[in-house]
Amino acid sequence: MNVIIDYKVGNIGSIKRGLNRAGIDAMISNDPDDIINANVLFLPGVGAFGDAMKDLKDTGLIPLIRQHVKNNKLLIGICLGMQILFESSSEFGYTKGLGFLKGEVVYLDITKKVPHMGWNKLFFAKEDTLLKYIQEEDYVYFVHSYYVDHPQDTLVAYTNYGVEIPAIVRQENIIGMQFHPEKSGQVGLKLLQAVKELIG
Amino acid sequence: MLARRIIPCLDVKDGRVVKGSQFEGLKDVNDPKILGKRYSLEGADELVFYDITASHEKREISLQFVEEVAKEINIPFCVGGGLKTLGDIANVLNKGADKVSINSAAIDNPNLIKAASQKYGAQCIVLSIDVKQEDNEFIVYKNGGRINTHLNAIEWVKQGVRLGAGELVINSMNHDGMKQGFDIALLKQISEVVNVPVIASGGAGAISHFVDLAKQTDVDGYLAASVFHYKEITINELKETLQQANVPIRIER
Repeated sequence: MNVIIDYKVGNIGSIKRGLNRAGIDAMISNDPDDIINANVLFLPGVGAFGDAMKDLKDTGLIPLIRQHVKNNKLLIGICLGMQILFESSSEFGYTKGLGFLKGEVVYLDITKKVPHMGWNKLFFAKEDTLLKYIQEEDYVYFVHSYYVDHPQDTLVAYTNYGVEIPAIVRQENIIGMQFHPEKSGQVGLKLLQAVKELIG
Repeated sequence: MLARRIIPCLDVKDGRVVKGSQFEGLKDVNDPKILGKRYSLEGADELVFYDITASHEKREISLQFVEEVAKEINIPFCVGGGLKTLGDIANVLNKGADKVSINSAAIDNPNLIKAASQKYGAQCIVLSIDVKQEDNEFIVYKNGGRINTHLNAIEWVKQGVRLGAGELVINSMNHDGMKQGFDIALLKQISEVVNVPVIASGGAGAISHFVDLAKQTDVDGYLAASVFHYKEITINELKETLQQANVPIRIER
């Protein structure tokens, strides 16, 4: 079974519905047995980095998530869930992330309106099977005030909003999406269909 | 660059879309999820549903449509109408809405904006206001435009944003229903004083009105109801015209 990790953050139902529309079955759970047996783990998230990390720690699931990654199973972070895959964040003071990916989460210190909220274009940084059904400059839906600074060679796709914002990152079995694929219309659906094929 | 958003607005009463006779050939034209899905496939960037159910008792039944819409559509949507308390807001967000819109309740109790914004994040708290121009001043009305609050619109939006509103819907009562174009003077003034997205509402009657708005303001979203409902404007044609006019717009391929 695929599992959306339930750690008291919002938008979980929305992600589940989005996955279902793409033909991906997923249950919402924080039961350690479900996490251990999961085929794919989805890490959702909205709100503040520090609160989310604290809530995730409180579930006691972090060692199980690390083991999941060690077992080469897929871990997919969405929105704030992508950000906490990285090393740390400066949101309301320094907070350590899960550290699966190299990079830091920092505030969008730009002259444009923050949060970065709305439809923005994807540009491709490298080839990846996740991109097989979409085209460069397709629009996806973003809502966030912080972004990953220099994700280095994990960058798959990015957008521009005052700065270059990583939109899709991937390091083998770890995938992150900064935007909301479940709210990104047909393009989001196509991305999730590509995820479905990865799951097999 | 963010795309400008095209936002059809649907009025829902007792769980059914009212004034929605435009989509001929559909089995159930008054179903919010069918109309919502139709607009989403036609290229709408976001949807707004206003629940205009009169009685409080009926409202809970009426709001069941929110869950169905959340299941069916994969673009963001906002729900407004009669939301008065943090509990009302929680209810709508838990049913799957991405944003809530508050109007009169925020005027009666500005602290509602603050409490809701702190709890759910500014991005999902939309402050909607009805504005009428009187003697060169923009005045806020409430209760569906029936009661003059004597609040200055420019001051009220500034206060609303300070309290935590993450987006503004500005409905011009002078322009609403006139189909003579958006209230550019009002929208310009408001855009200049706030640093959150501004959605223009009221006055759309032709594609050229949207182009004028795009050329003359940096308003983020364009909301309209009847021109879309009665197919006077199709979203596709509107978006293609805006794109030709070099307005950043999302066209799905």
